[in-house]
Amino acid sequence: MCRAVDLHQAVLAKNDATAHTLRAGLTARGTTVINLLSSPGSGKTALLERELLLARERALPVAALTADLATENDAVRLARSGVPVKQVLTDGLCHLEAAMLHRHLEGWLPDDTRLLFVENVGNLVCPASYDLGESLRVVLASVTEGEDKPLKYPTAFGLAHLVVVTKTDIADAVEFDEAAFRANVEQVNPGVEVLLTSARRGQGAGALLDRALAAADGAPVHAPVMSRQDAAREHTHPHVHAGPDHHDHADHHAGPGAMTQTCS
Amino acid sequence: MHEMSIAVAVVGQVEEAAERAGGVTAVRSVRLQVGELAGVVPDALSFCFELACAGTLLEGAELVTEAVPGRARCAPCADEWAVGMPPRLCCPRCGTATDALVSGRELQIAGVHWEDGPPHEHTREPILEER
Repeated sequence: MCRAVDLHQAVLAKNDATAHTLRAGLTARGTTVINLLSSPGSGKTALLERELLLARERALPVAALTADLATENDAVRLARSGVPVKQVLTDGLCHLEAAMLHRHLEGWLPDDTRLLFVENVGNLVCPASYDLGESLRVVLASVTEGEDKPLKYPTAFGLAHLVVVTKTDIADAVEFDEAAFRANVEQVNPGVEVLLTSARRGQGAGALLDRALAAADGAPVHAPVMSRQDAAREHTHPHVHAGPDHHDHADHHAGPGAMTQTCS
Repeated sequence: MHEMSIAVAVVGQVEEAAERAGGVTAVRSVRLQVGELAGVVPDALSFCFELACAGTLLEGAELVTEAVPGRARCAPCADEWAVGMPPRLCCPRCGTATDALVSGRELQIAGVHWEDGPPHEHTREPILEER
């Protein structure tokens, strides 16, 4: 007998649940996770090298985990700061998931770690969908990437708690239009802070560390509009409860050969 | 492309739901709601879904995706609008940022059609008088 069953389950429910557990567990032991997202080559590693060094100078117990498809180059660079660093090789996977992070932290993360920086795989699409249990999600863009980057990758920029512009030392050379960039960020994520940094010249040095520490101390973190969907309304949306006739997909984008009528 | 991970998550969840229900012999179709702002490409997902279903209870199952448009509202203006892509999250009337999205972030398994055998004979719990 063919049966139509309503499930109403979030596809990423398992990742979200793992992320919640991870966040609660880490928070209880005094560790705050910062998830860094950007395109490949935006300067996540360079920024992090500088911030980790500053943390070391300030005797702050921090650690970093960096994910790449291949090579340990980033871990080697970050380890020069002297803080605990771990390289995760994803073997081709384009993003980190909460369970993967959890696995890699077990037996490695020092107990007294105050801030854990996670350098996600360089990719502005896929990592945006996965909560890693972070308390601060930072999205970076270098001045060379074009002012419309936030509009091209609205999910990544729209869910950021903080946006960081990198490589400002070459902003003039590439004619970076800061006002246009800020306006584009504002369109997809109203109210989010935009930090200007140059790892080479030191602009904004320590700012990321300060924001991370504030989040760790419980200061309110920006709440992106895109992360707030009215739950009450969500369940009254006509697409959610299709009504008694589950075969009427006339108003939906149905795949080729929509559901057969023989199912009852 | 993370659509493969999404497809595997969908298959896993439907398999678990089928196991909970018991007696499911095959899954014919899965209805998935994909919000405009969910960051998932339905075509890529359909391709991956077929691969992810291979060798599972969902082998041959059809993925029916329902696109959910992104909508936002402004409480003071009592206005609601389609945010479009890239999304406009400020009220077209007063310019202030919306409080929350009405829809568009969905990535949800709405329902399934599956084949099952005759209903199980559940063991009846004894009522108080029988104890």
